[in-house]
Amino acid sequence: MELFTDRDLFIQYIYLASATMFILGIKLLGSPATARKGNLLAAAAMFIAVLVTLVNMEVLNYGLIAAGVAIGAVIGAVMARTIKMTAMPQMVAIFNGVGGGASALIAISEFVRITEESASVAKHEEIAIMLGTLIGLVTLTGSLIAFGKLQEIMPTRPITFPFQNIASGAMFAAIVGMVVYLVAVDFNETVFYVLIGTSLLLGIQLVIPIGGADMPVVISLLNSYSGVAAAAAGFALGNLVLIVAGALVGAAGLILTQIMTKAMNRSLANVVFGAFGAAPSGGGGEVAVETRTAKSVSAEDVAVMLAYARSVIFVPGYGLAVAQAQHQVRELADLLEVKGVRVKYAIHPVAGRMPGHMNVLLAEANVPYDELYDLDEINDDFKNTDVAIVIGANDVTNPAARDEPDSPVYGMPILNVDHAQHVIVLKRGMSPGFAGIDNDLFFKDNTMMLFGDARKSVTALVTEVKAL
Amino acid sequence: MADTEVLGMPLIIALYIFVLAVFVGFELITKVPPTLHTPLMSGANAISGITIIGAMIVVGPKDTTTAVIVGFAALILATINVVGGFMVTDRMLQMFRRRQGGEK
Repeated sequence: MELFTDRDLFIQYIYLASATMFILGIKLLGSPATARKGNLLAAAAMFIAVLVTLVNMEVLNYGLIAAGVAIGAVIGAVMARTIKMTAMPQMVAIFNGVGGGASALIAISEFVRITEESASVAKHEEIAIMLGTLIGLVTLTGSLIAFGKLQEIMPTRPITFPFQNIASGAMFAAIVGMVVYLVAVDFNETVFYVLIGTSLLLGIQLVIPIGGADMPVVISLLNSYSGVAAAAAGFALGNLVLIVAGALVGAAGLILTQIMTKAMNRSLANVVFGAFGAAPSGGGGEVAVETRTAKSVSAEDVAVMLAYARSVIFVPGYGLAVAQAQHQVRELADLLEVKGVRVKYAIHPVAGRMPGHMNVLLAEANVPYDELYDLDEINDDFKNTDVAIVIGANDVTNPAARDEPDSPVYGMPILNVDHAQHVIVLKRGMSPGFAGIDNDLFFKDNTMMLFGDARKSVTALVTEVKAL
Repeated sequence: MADTEVLGMPLIIALYIFVLAVFVGFELITKVPPTLHTPLMSGANAISGITIIGAMIVVGPKDTTTAVIVGFAALILATINVVGGFMVTDRMLQMFRRRQGGEK
């Protein structure tokens, strides 16, 4: 190995600066006050890394690079500007897929170059090329399926077929076999192309049996994969800044995955393979006929309760976003605050379709972030709260998850909504939530149901509160 | 290139760097409050677009080989990831406001 030239060394120092800025950027992303700065710092890090790469002696194809960057930048910018905040999970799914695809294509490009030039390469580079291709392509097709489910152009229910588990296992075994063969025996083109095809299929296969409600976990996991794929591409190219950035993103995705599975009281294995074999949770057993009755209440009465309360906690769920009622909720909260009511929002980790999604939707409706409270922060507050108002959330408020070991949702962390003096549930009808079970909350003595479309109900509340 | 070198240093050092970076990632991200998880994920996603420089390197050679064409596709995808990712993250983050001040 020849020593670095001065130019190479310069490039490496800038890459070091860039990696440092990524780390600082992520650190700043840790607080709402500095997050925007953090994102801009990371963007700047990317920019200098790109600029200095142009200085690389081997990078000569400036016209083609400019064309590629221009095409990508226009597509990316248009997507980023036009996407609706409710569709953010789909957007992130697509970006995960695109990132994985880029890493895979880099690895494939290296493979093609090596075979065309019959260049000899180190074993670890071969392994990195295989891993980059494999993980990148699984991320690509897996993300496209996740996108299809989130966008509802595909059925959101789990799609299963007989022997699916065995098929996945066989594919995985075949992939391992091919990687071992390619690295240990022969760097064979045909085998590599079969590896590409199998990886693409595996990505589809891994995500189709996962239901729409579990998408927050899937997106987080694919986010992690996209980072690992980038790191693998880094090993294939011998580029440290790719390795560092890829590792950071891989870790980020993994932590978010862990947070999401914890919030659902599931293991990762259960989310990924849960649709196989066992009947869906809550679907089994005899269906008990519901004999209890829930109390219904009018918007007028709720308005009075809210207006004369000292403290109110809003509990939004994805139903709120579906009904597009965020702005009305914020208007109602504003009116109440003027009347001296202390308003808070309790956000369950799985309230939206991806980690933190509900927070973004409320931020878009101008709800200040210091009124948004996480599960752990707010759960002890419910008992000192006059009114908890549940809008479009269901399973995450079910006391059975806390109190009844027999319940299929038992063990899932819930918001202790039922501890409030009064609970108002805004809901269309009495239908059960994702878990397919009745919510005991609806039948509690301190609970009242305000039936109807969430947006119409909240609008009615706004009108009634104004009239008081 | 010698068999176990990355960038002129032993492979093992690159692996050390990888592992340490994973731990730095864990430490940093565990501290991010749930409110910011969506922008965190889209921001991290944009950072994984660092593959853009890998794509530039494989597109580098002047002659148009298959490897360069594949690299060109990688470059487009990585740029979508970088530009789209940072822009949409910024769009989200500018919506986050405190109770007082910053109100429009």
